[in-house]
Amino acid sequence: MRLLKELWESFFGSLVGLGSVVRFLLRLVAEAPRALLRVDLIAQQIFNSGALSLVIIMLSGLFVGMVLGLQGFQLLQRFGSEEALGTAATIGLVKELGPVVTALLFAGRAGTALASELGLMRATDQLSAMEMMAVDPIRRVVVPRFLGGVIAMPLLAAIFSVIGIYGAQLIGVQIMGVDAGSFWSQMRAAVSLTDINEGIVKSLIFGVACSLIAVYEGYYAIPTAEGVGRATTRTVVTSAVVILFLDYLITAAFL
Amino acid sequence: MRKSTTLNLGTGTFVLLGFAALLFLTTQTTSRGINFFTNSAHYGLIAKFDNVGDLKVGAPVSMSGVEMGRVMKIGFDSKEYKAVVTMRIDSRFNQIPTDSDAAIYTQGLLGGKFIGLTAGGAETYLKDKDQIEFTQSAFVLETLIGQVLANFVKSSGQSDSGKSKSDAPAAPEPKHSEKTK
Repeated sequence: MRLLKELWESFFGSLVGLGSVVRFLLRLVAEAPRALLRVDLIAQQIFNSGALSLVIIMLSGLFVGMVLGLQGFQLLQRFGSEEALGTAATIGLVKELGPVVTALLFAGRAGTALASELGLMRATDQLSAMEMMAVDPIRRVVVPRFLGGVIAMPLLAAIFSVIGIYGAQLIGVQIMGVDAGSFWSQMRAAVSLTDINEGIVKSLIFGVACSLIAVYEGYYAIPTAEGVGRATTRTVVTSAVVILFLDYLITAAFL
Repeated sequence: MRKSTTLNLGTGTFVLLGFAALLFLTTQTTSRGINFFTNSAHYGLIAKFDNVGDLKVGAPVSMSGVEMGRVMKIGFDSKEYKAVVTMRIDSRFNQIPTDSDAAIYTQGLLGGKFIGLTAGGAETYLKDKDQIEFTQSAFVLETLIGQVLANFVKSSGQSDSGKSKSDAPAAPEPKHSEKTK
């Protein structure tokens, strides 16, 4: 009986949590058009979450692409069709690995930074101070961070995919000896614009999800040192699970 | 002041890189692509094939294993019922004899198709928009299997029941027209 009650309470609690996240998202969306006018604030946030994540994204993209080149070559060699390596690597990167790995890295690199920054603002009463000055902290602080993340993610994912394709090309063509012409021409014949679109849609949705979770956790963090730490941890964990869940949904929807 | 310059520079570089990457993905990895990098001098050649198999636009055109160009376009000639393949050959290779022949080969066991040119002995060379007269169609696996099956059936003394579609073109066609009626 007690167990049932606890189960119900935790279910109830998560429903309330989900509802408040969705309401927070709606509020952000409602404020977004006005925040878009403050281009300088958004540019600052694109720099923080996008440009500062470039190095980790590019390095990871290169290595993921190189691993794909190696693994793909080993596998395709068994069927005597190494020339399909370009197709395999590109489709894998553009549709799956690019958006997903970028989003996971983004949650770790930019999401945590957002959550702890907002959490610390909350803990040091900066957000309350803004309210006292009749400045809406959501409009001034939260929305630019959210939009910056949403804009940065597709760009980061595209950079990741391109670097990854060149990583696969480096291994496949330069080291394993696949013909460069076949690598590119088979890729061009097999990859369609729908595949690219799927990647862009995915990374856009992941951008919304990652940024939303980060600013939500940060904004509603318990205003203590421990609370900020917990908000940061939860940002990474929730983002990772939500990204992989959404990834399945979007992939299924595009089939 | 200085900090805001680096900030703008960083943001600008990132956004530029991002859009460059998107542009690359949409134009360079798909068949709808625009070729920015291969605007070197080239000329076009045409060849008509009975069957191109799964030859794709962008497939290599090579002679003696050296890549000379790419397949630009695959069209259809509705008078002769043949596939018209337009190739773009690099201008460095402008000494292909007029009686050369073009054949469609397969890369590897399951690889894509490519066009292999074999030089003829003529003294005159092919020019822009010329047609290669001698062509050899793609090797279609089903046809070969069909022929082997037919031979096998014949040799074991039974009549052909028309299992393979591409084996005897005359036999399956009446069946199709009956079905559509």
